[in-house]
Amino acid sequence: MADISLAKPIAKDPTKGPRALFAMLWRDKLAFISALILAIIVICAIVGPWLLGDIATSQNLRGRNSPPFDLSRGWIFVLGGDSLGRPMLARLIVAAQSTMMVAAGAVAAALTIGALLGLVAGYLGRNVSQAIMRLADVIMSFPSLLLAVVVLYLLGPSIPNMILVLAITRIPIYLRTTRAEVLEVRERMFVQAAVVMGASHRRIIFRHILPVIAPTLVTIATLDFAFVMLAESSLSFLGIGIQPPNITWGLMVSQGRPYLNTAWWLAFWPGLMIVITALSLNLLSNWMRVALDPAQRWRLESRKTKP
Amino acid sequence: MTDAKSEALLAVNNLSVDFHTAQGTVHAVRNVSWSVGRGETLAILGESGSGKSVSASAVMNLLDIPPAEVVSGEILFEGKDLLKVSYEEHRALNGKRIAMIFQDPLSHLNPVYTVGWQIVEMMTAHGRPADMARARALELVERVGIPEPEKALKKYPHQFSGGQRQRLMIAMALMLKPDILIADEPTTALDVTVQAEVLSLLKQLQAETGMGLVLITHDLGVVAEIADRVVVMSQGEIVETGSVREVYHNPRQAYTRKLIGAAPGRGEIKRPDANKPALLEVGSLTKTYGKFRALSGVSLTLCKGQSLAVVGESGSGKSTLARTILRLESADGGKVLWKGRDLVPMGSRELLSIRREIQMVFQDPTQSLNPRMSVYELIAEGWDIHRLMPDRAERRRRVAELLEQVGMLPEHAQRYPHQFSGGQRQRIAIARALALEPELIICDEAVSALDVSVQAQVIKLLDGLRERLGISFLFIAHDLGVVRDFADTVIVMKAGEIVEEGPTEAVFNAPRHAYTQRLLAANLDPDPDVNARRKQGAGAPS
Repeated sequence: MADISLAKPIAKDPTKGPRALFAMLWRDKLAFISALILAIIVICAIVGPWLLGDIATSQNLRGRNSPPFDLSRGWIFVLGGDSLGRPMLARLIVAAQSTMMVAAGAVAAALTIGALLGLVAGYLGRNVSQAIMRLADVIMSFPSLLLAVVVLYLLGPSIPNMILVLAITRIPIYLRTTRAEVLEVRERMFVQAAVVMGASHRRIIFRHILPVIAPTLVTIATLDFAFVMLAESSLSFLGIGIQPPNITWGLMVSQGRPYLNTAWWLAFWPGLMIVITALSLNLLSNWMRVALDPAQRWRLESRKTKP
Repeated sequence: MTDAKSEALLAVNNLSVDFHTAQGTVHAVRNVSWSVGRGETLAILGESGSGKSVSASAVMNLLDIPPAEVVSGEILFEGKDLLKVSYEEHRALNGKRIAMIFQDPLSHLNPVYTVGWQIVEMMTAHGRPADMARARALELVERVGIPEPEKALKKYPHQFSGGQRQRLMIAMALMLKPDILIADEPTTALDVTVQAEVLSLLKQLQAETGMGLVLITHDLGVVAEIADRVVVMSQGEIVETGSVREVYHNPRQAYTRKLIGAAPGRGEIKRPDANKPALLEVGSLTKTYGKFRALSGVSLTLCKGQSLAVVGESGSGKSTLARTILRLESADGGKVLWKGRDLVPMGSRELLSIRREIQMVFQDPTQSLNPRMSVYELIAEGWDIHRLMPDRAERRRRVAELLEQVGMLPEHAQRYPHQFSGGQRQRIAIARALALEPELIICDEAVSALDVSVQAQVIKLLDGLRERLGISFLFIAHDLGVVRDFADTVIVMKAGEIVEEGPTEAVFNAPRHAYTQRLLAANLDPDPDVNARRKQGAGAPS
């Protein structure tokens, strides 16, 4: 019965290039909206502090904890004001920059280093693999918050140091996943076929193994994004993370926590932003997994024959 | 369609099943009718995708509905329509009255329970007392020829060989003395000698119990060996039905004629050309895994433009031989001379130039082609690796040329492997091997995963390449018919050693070693009369 899928070759040419990619994105409306939201967040992160930097830090004690959806103070207070009377909307937009920098930086660094070490550990012999895996075990068994406290105390709290600490604690996840997948993929026939053709190790790793395991890694990375944002907030809460007046969503959540009874919007809006960002990333990575897999791409290409 | 309807125990009438897939509706079977009576063996013969398993799955209620939908028809078992009975009623019939065995016994036996427990469960699940079940299990395990049945019941599935596992599956299926046994490709995964044993066991058991046997297979030899009647299926429809002899000798439909014509092993045997220079010389090659000797002192010589076949059953070391020659495994001793240069101690840089000259085609093209690369990328990869043909337009032209050479279309270059059938994929794999203009192609069971008609086409393609381009072949196979059609010389391997070698004609017509004789005797001929005669002649090959 497995042969039934073979009976129907797909007529359409899998075209490449940005236009085809956009068409595939348009097919999946959820992914399209996610991409749009992420684009807006990225634009906010880039131009936000430059446009709204002053407004976001100017205190206005008469507008302390002013409720949302009240336009009497101007549109910038539409989401309310914080405990020092600063407009929430402006602060959210400004905070996007450091949040994105820390989260994207930490995830990208952990992904790159973890995947590279995992590829090496999976592909090379036992000894190298053992050494790398034990290193990962050490990182995993060390309480990550304690590690962060020690490192940030020694190096001083700053955005690059935050990225460094968060990346180190997340590396083992990518490393272990990559290694496990490499161990499986390297035994597949097409890898052997590449060896027979004389392909170099580099070619086998990057051309044959990495593309197969990339979707898994991307999925983990998007899930990790939200985790890193929250981890950053707990560091900031301890006072060893982002230092005011610099601001992140995670820090805004923890600053808003004492006011949950009286002014819920202080913690709610930044929390919502974290959720929206994480959700959009997940939806987009879902789409990406399908779009990058030639065997599944038809789902996004032709919708003419309805099931 | 069936004249013996009154005696029929199980009858499928005008069954049509559709599969609703994301790519549209597939008519898996259309208007299929067959029936089987007590003590009768019906073979359903068809290539992959012909829908031969679908009607049997419908009988056992194994179709996944929703994707599948029974559009019309009925399945009568003792006058009761199985498509209309409740799930509970069906469950009571399954296993008890109608039993089924599958192609791959390992995946149908639970690895964490002992086989004894699983066989007994078959009976206790149908409400029989456990001690009675155990006694019956012991009796049957002994009957299907498992040594030390008491101990065997306490073992786990992985402790048995493939043939023994299939015997255990048969024992399990027979626990409740079913009236019908459905066997879906029961011997496809087995070696020829084991296949012969399992088939004769099935036949004996049928004679003892008088059950009806429905055998689903793609192998004409199996049909000729065991079946009384045959139903030939193609693309979801029955194209021909009749007694095995009648269908074999007087096929009425073009498709049946094509299928019979494609059966390997009846072409002219090639005579090797002497006095050609030796291309590959293997001298007393050894390879051990721990204590297991996979290769012990294997030597062979392959001349230019020649095809050398290595035959043997699973575990004989024939694949290890290919992998060791290619340096996918490191040899423990011996030498591999390629045009006079020894490959065994060679460094990776030197080896690179030789990698271009020796190519390999693997057994399963689904696995040997990277699913994320387009056909163009797959074929052009060798040029990337060896820094050949830098000109893009030239590459495109050459890829189109290669695709045409293997009987495909130039526009296929933009597609991906999953969009092709198994036979087409193997052609892509061959085109990829040809791209580097090799002097030797090693085929490791390159056609055994393919349907007979596709197999014949691929063999013809390889033969043509040999004649036109003078490529030599090292051809590893377990199917003697294919080897007989293709090879100049044959090497027979057993347990890591060469037991016989010589020109194809000599090995096939006058085998000297007992093992070769046994192998040839177990090989099933598509002609039922040849099989019958051979059995009377008691093992002596014709």
